[in-house]
Amino acid sequence: MTRSPMDANALRMPDLAPADVVAPRIMIENLHFYYGALEALKNITLALPDRQATGMIGPSGCGKSTLLRVLNRMYDLYPGQRATGRVMLDGENIISPDADVNILRRRIGMVFQKPTPFPMSIYDNVAFGVRLHERLPRAEMDERVEWSLSRAALWDEVKDRLRASATGLSGGQQQRLCIARSIAVRPEVILLDEPTSALDPISTLKIEELIDELKTDFTIVIVTHNMQQAARCADQVAFFYLGELVEVGPAAQIFTAPRQRRTQEYITGRFG
Amino acid sequence: MSENMGHLVKSYEQELKRLADLMAEMGGLVESQMALAAQAVVQQDGAAAQRAIEIDPRVDALEREVEQFVIRLLALRQPVANDLRKIVAALKITSDLERIGDYAANVAKRSLVLAQFPLPYSLTGIAHMARMVQENLKAVIDAVSETDAAKAIAVWRSDQAVDDIYNTIFRELITYMIEDPRNITPCTHLLFIAKNLERIGDHATNIAEKVHYTATGEVLPETRPKGEQSPYAGLGHP
Repeated sequence: MTRSPMDANALRMPDLAPADVVAPRIMIENLHFYYGALEALKNITLALPDRQATGMIGPSGCGKSTLLRVLNRMYDLYPGQRATGRVMLDGENIISPDADVNILRRRIGMVFQKPTPFPMSIYDNVAFGVRLHERLPRAEMDERVEWSLSRAALWDEVKDRLRASATGLSGGQQQRLCIARSIAVRPEVILLDEPTSALDPISTLKIEELIDELKTDFTIVIVTHNMQQAARCADQVAFFYLGELVEVGPAAQIFTAPRQRRTQEYITGRFG
Repeated sequence: MSENMGHLVKSYEQELKRLADLMAEMGGLVESQMALAAQAVVQQDGAAAQRAIEIDPRVDALEREVEQFVIRLLALRQPVANDLRKIVAALKITSDLERIGDYAANVAKRSLVLAQFPLPYSLTGIAHMARMVQENLKAVIDAVSETDAAKAIAVWRSDQAVDDIYNTIFRELITYMIEDPRNITPCTHLLFIAKNLERIGDHATNIAEKVHYTATGEVLPETRPKGEQSPYAGLGHP
């Protein structure tokens, strides 16, 4: 089901508590995460509402990026790191050892702080992930690449040079290419880890506009150090501190009247 | 709400302090304007009336200064949370203060006219009302500088008493005018004076609402305690 743009606007009304009105796409319950003996996430319970953007803010080391790493099981690659609790996606606990990580990573895409284009053509960058999961006839693959690049607001800029190397794109274009690459496999959730911290203001605004667009189809989680960005992009904002979820609420509430003193001190720049 | 922890950016902290100073200065001026206006009416003190009137341009200038400063803060600091509430409230509070200053100046001007008439009755009622309004104004200006929600709520509640006494004065003045048409001119001026005092009380409660929002992030209910509506009885007013 696709939401109309009007509905998307209605959801940004400040008096709505998104988590209450929209069913969660991912439900995190009593999550603990350990780097060896260090407990990096402490008993996190958080709903990520379907087709909304959740912004995660907090000082360095607060656990927000760790939470992203848990959501697509990136920690699996490292021994000594483990998670307890539940992260439910469509009734399945994605952190259970039984969960298929390959399928999970198709359902939950990730975009990193620095653009990470593969050293290949623009077309192949987008098709790369699709080829891992699906065997599409040429015409369908073309269609998928065009769809992804269009959704990532990059199509018009690259349609005449799809065979050119992706490394020749500007930083902002590369980041949109990475977003195109992650949506090409048609995930349900897109995780963005400081996606604009290496970009200029105009490229940043393009990505933010894109996030707004993508919300009609995908559930978005964005980790950002830029508070204004969280205010602009996110429907709900979660503030983390020292591995704890201090407060979560609609962006308008968090940025006008946060309930917790630590949230207030952090977002107003009184500690960090 | 923690107010004691300073901002990491010192210049921002200084700007917030400067905003508070401007508000305090403006509050102080309006408070003395109100006191002088009351003195002008109750003690028929022409000099006090003049001073109340002379203060007004400074109040207006401060309002404009705060407005410019707030726009600058919003543009350059992008304030959030309690800072945002405080800065936006400053904009609204200063506009209420400016109106209060206008009403006080108007009371002072009318007191000069009033002094030309023999008053065959006591001004105790007006004096009492002026004192109540003055107390509320002082309390709310203190509440502004301390961001004190409890003090603000006390002012918000006590405006009902001001409305009640206004209604009493209204009836009293009507009676004088009916008794002797020569009373009509001075009593009309007194009626306007009472009305201006009542409006000052209303603006004080507006300020109280802003202080409460600044302190707590919560908006007070729209219906505040209201006095009875008898001055409107028979005027087809709701």
